[in-house]
Amino acid sequence: MPPLPISPETGPQVVLELIYRLKVRDAMSSPVITAAIGDSMREVQYRMRDNGITGVPIVEGGRLVGLVSMGLVIEALDAGRIEQRAGELMTRTVISLEDDMPLAFATTYFNRYKFGRFPVLDRDGRLVGIVSASDIIRALLVAMNAEVERLEEKLSAAAAASDRPSDGLVRLGFQVTRFDFENAGKASAEIKKSLKGLGVDADVVRRAAVASYELELNQVIHSEGGSISCVAGAGRIELAAEDRGPGIPDVEAAMTEGFSTANEWIRSLGFGAGMGLPNAKRVSDEFAIDSGPGRGTRVRLVIRY
Amino acid sequence: MRISELAASLGLEVAQGSYADREVSAGYSSDLLSDVMANAKADAVLVTVQAHKNAVAVASLVGLAAVVVCNSRPLPDDMVEAARSEGLALFKSPETAFEVSGRLWTMLRRP
Repeated sequence: MPPLPISPETGPQVVLELIYRLKVRDAMSSPVITAAIGDSMREVQYRMRDNGITGVPIVEGGRLVGLVSMGLVIEALDAGRIEQRAGELMTRTVISLEDDMPLAFATTYFNRYKFGRFPVLDRDGRLVGIVSASDIIRALLVAMNAEVERLEEKLSAAAAASDRPSDGLVRLGFQVTRFDFENAGKASAEIKKSLKGLGVDADVVRRAAVASYELELNQVIHSEGGSISCVAGAGRIELAAEDRGPGIPDVEAAMTEGFSTANEWIRSLGFGAGMGLPNAKRVSDEFAIDSGPGRGTRVRLVIRY
Repeated sequence: MRISELAASLGLEVAQGSYADREVSAGYSSDLLSDVMANAKADAVLVTVQAHKNAVAVASLVGLAAVVVCNSRPLPDDMVEAARSEGLALFKSPETAFEVSGRLWTMLRRP
C-alpha cells in the first residue's frame, strides 16, 4: 500500500499534536487473534479466513515468537507445505511496537517497513494487540473530527478577544506537545534568539536557554502537553511552564539530581538523566515549582541580568 | 586550535561542513543531553554516540563548537539538516568515544 501521507515532522501543528498525543494502544485491535507454534499453517489460514485478517502472531506463553502473514500462507499452499507447523514457516524477525509509543512512531514504522501490521507489546514484552494501517487511519479520523470541532469553537472565541497593550517587554509563548521530539527545543531556540536580539549577555542567554530547554523537554517527555512562556526585558527574564498533567507525585524526588521516571526508549534518545529540574533551578535566581498528582505542573523561574 | 584543524588531526569524517571555523576551547564526552547542558563549556567539542537531532539542538543552545558522533553511528538526515541550519560542525568517527576523547584531550591540553 502507498505510504501513509502523514509526516511526524512537517504536518500542521494540530495533526502533529494528535499523532504524538494518541498512543499505539489507542489505535490497536485487542485482543489479538493468535496461533501457537504447534498449529498447522492450515489452521492459521482458517483463522485468517474466519476473522477476516491477513496476519496472525505466533505466541508461546504469552510471548510473541513470530508472525504468519497471508503471503506466507500462500507460499505454503504453493509449496505443498500447508500442513506444516506454523513454528517452522513463520517469520521470526518480527518488528513490534510498544503500546505507549506515540502514534507518530507507528506511522513512521509503516512507511519504513512496508508491513501490513505490527504486533503491539506492553512494557513487560507481552503481546497486547495488533495494529494495521486501517486501525491507524480510523483512530486518526476520529481524533481529527474532535479536533476540528474544538478548533472551530476556538476560532469563534478568538474572534471575540481583543489586543493587549504593549509595555516594551518581549513576550513569547509556545505550545509543547507530548512526545514530539522532532520539534523539541524549538521554543528554547526562539527564546534564545529573542534574548540575543535584546542584547542580553551571552552567559545569561545560555542560562535562559538551559532553563527553557529543560522545562520544554520535561513537558515533551512527562506531560500531556503544555505551554512555555517567556517575558523578558528591563534586567529580568521570567520563564513559566505550565502543563496539563499528570503532575509529579513526589516533587522533592523530582528535584533530586539523578532521579528520573523516563522509560527506556526516552533514555535511548539521551534524555531521562534526572538532571532536568535541578539544571533549571541551578541557572535561575528564583525558582518555584507547584505540582501534584491529578493536576498539572507549574514552574516559574526568574533570571536577572 | 580551530575546528577544521582538530577534525583533520583526528581524521574525522565531515558530515556537515558549513560552519564558522572558530577556536575550540575544550571537549566534553557524554550521551546524556541534560548533562551536556549542565557541564559542557561554550566552544567545546561534544564527543557522543547520540546520533539524533536533539544532540544538535542542545549543542546549538549551549554554543558548542562541534559534535563528533563516534562508533560510525549512522547520522539521520534530519540531524545533518539541523546541524546545517544551525551552522554547527558535525563529524563522524569510526573510533570509540573513549579513543576520540583521549586523543582530543592530548591535543587540547595546555602545556
